[in-house]
Amino acid sequence: MSAPAGDMFSPAARAVAAEMGLSMGRANLEVFAETLLALARGDRDLLVVTSDSRGSGKLVGFGQTLPDQHIEVGIAEQNLVGIAVGLAAAGKRVFAVSPACFLTARALEQIKNDVAYSDHPVKLVGISAGVSYGALGSTHHSLHDLAALRAINNLDIVVPADNVETAAAVRAAAAHGRPIYLRFGKAPQYTLPDGDGPFEIGRGRILAEGRDVAFIATGEAVIHALQAGRALSAEGISCTVVSVHTIKPLDVQLIRRVAQQCRAVVTVEEHSVHGGLGEACAAVLMQAGIDVGLQIVGIADEYTLTGSQADIFAHYGLSMESLAQTARRLLIARDKGRRHEPGPGNRSKHVSHESDPLQRRRPAHSQSRAGAPPALPPSGMG
Amino acid sequence: MPETMAPPELELRRKSVQYRRRVLEIIKHAGAGHTGGSLSCVDILNVLYNRILRVSPQTFSDPHRDRYIQSKGHSVEALYVVLADRGFFPESELWTLCQRGSHFVGHPTRKVPGVEHNTGALGHGLSVGVGTAIAGKLDRADYRVFVLLGDGELAEGSNWEAAMSASHYRLDNLTAIIDCNLLQITGRTRDVCCNEPLDAKFEAFGWEVRHVDGHSIEDLIEVLSYRPEGRPLAVIARTIKGRGVSFMEDVAKWHHGVPNDQEYQAALAELDAQAARLEEVAV
Repeated sequence: MSAPAGDMFSPAARAVAAEMGLSMGRANLEVFAETLLALARGDRDLLVVTSDSRGSGKLVGFGQTLPDQHIEVGIAEQNLVGIAVGLAAAGKRVFAVSPACFLTARALEQIKNDVAYSDHPVKLVGISAGVSYGALGSTHHSLHDLAALRAINNLDIVVPADNVETAAAVRAAAAHGRPIYLRFGKAPQYTLPDGDGPFEIGRGRILAEGRDVAFIATGEAVIHALQAGRALSAEGISCTVVSVHTIKPLDVQLIRRVAQQCRAVVTVEEHSVHGGLGEACAAVLMQAGIDVGLQIVGIADEYTLTGSQADIFAHYGLSMESLAQTARRLLIARDKGRRHEPGPGNRSKHVSHESDPLQRRRPAHSQSRAGAPPALPPSGMG
Repeated sequence: MPETMAPPELELRRKSVQYRRRVLEIIKHAGAGHTGGSLSCVDILNVLYNRILRVSPQTFSDPHRDRYIQSKGHSVEALYVVLADRGFFPESELWTLCQRGSHFVGHPTRKVPGVEHNTGALGHGLSVGVGTAIAGKLDRADYRVFVLLGDGELAEGSNWEAAMSASHYRLDNLTAIIDCNLLQITGRTRDVCCNEPLDAKFEAFGWEVRHVDGHSIEDLIEVLSYRPEGRPLAVIARTIKGRGVSFMEDVAKWHHGVPNDQEYQAALAELDAQAARLEEVAV
């Protein structure tokens, strides 16, 4: 089932991508399926298990080409994970594939006990993750998966950003000796710059380096952060952009280093603002005593807006324009030595004020002292 | 031992009494444990590990070994006691049950030699067994996979997902044994959430079903030796929770009751009397 996709990139964002020489690739989902088939052709013990999700997972071709290496369990995610574990216990290399929303909620106990606690190196693949399903609604969104899975011991979490990271992540997962969760969406992705090195589980990739703002992003939100960084550079604001494709184990050293080199950090993820990359970074920075302005941009803790993935990204501040605006606000607040106003990432007034104890405690008159940011260029979002 | 006078399977009958005694000893020592359920499945484990399963400490990493998954993980004391007797680890380690830093957790973990899968949350073992049985089919291996389920556990819907897959994939290398003691922590399974008739349910899911007295060594050997063709086997083993200690039998409060000193001595005396009677018959 699908709903209107919408355009993930504004004309301005597309212009920035063109200026950077970035080309539009395919959906990470397609690259996943293609890479898996290539691996499986040479490895009879590599199996894929689906829960009526072969179509959603672009795995119809896999099943037709290698029928003995495809196990179908029907619409039964708990059974999907349990069977994957039983196969892995018998020495198979198993990819269990299902929409992230169902896989990581319906089968959470199987993931916790049968995969992670029992220590079987199953490769859990959450497809059409985040808000990929857009207007199909919250039943189909996975905005909880990183938070839920981060708290489970013995499970690595990888969220590739583009086709290159996806292919590398799938290959790495196939050879990985530990339980692992891969997560990606179904929309076509720009191919990111090479950055400072090849994909390696547990090691973030620096895509751009600057001294003012560090965008620490993960998955398919990285491109928007990269575009925002580029847009800001035209204003003389230099930005670091990091693809933190591995949420666990987190590249703590890299996060500390890029934060120390900048005045403000914006974390960006297609996930709830609770429990994902942003809070993980906040914990790292606070515990390291790194004093830097920080804004966690993600999906607010509220009944999610109905709309396409593009609508939801724009509404919750994950577009290039909103991310650039958030960074400007952070810098202004930082330079004034005052606490910053909530950025567009927390644009839901109800939620941001309720959930921010600092704002609740602030006397009413200080709202004006905090000051509105100066006039800004049009965001280009119409 | 005068073989001609001995009742059938005297050695295993002796073991069942010894296992029950040891289960009580380690639960008393730990001050915790699932007494009723462990006593109810002792004879099943006895027969599996001493007559049926092709597995030993030496062959535990052999890909062709038979597998046993204890989905009703709370009856872990019975499993630990039988594994110790089979030489998977020294008996002395049993006394570390639930002690600080011990691998002998209050539910099975693979850190204990001989344990195939970590269990404790109910409704997980059958799917894992299905997966390993499918792998056996893919590899044309001849190992069998046994999964022990509680009758109360069958309220977990995941069991029925697994049951559908098992018949869909014609897993005649998979046997589910239901330790059907008719009790769960709250009371009668029939009163908590009735799952009867179990045989008709499994048959409707495409399984072959056999009933057995879950405390008859001879009958358990016979039914667990049977290999169906083209479909999985469900063995409904009628058992008595707390079996072997009169005041624990068929009483829900002994689900995880730990005997006080008086009860403990009375229970051991009953088991010792059973052991003595076996020797009288043997002579």
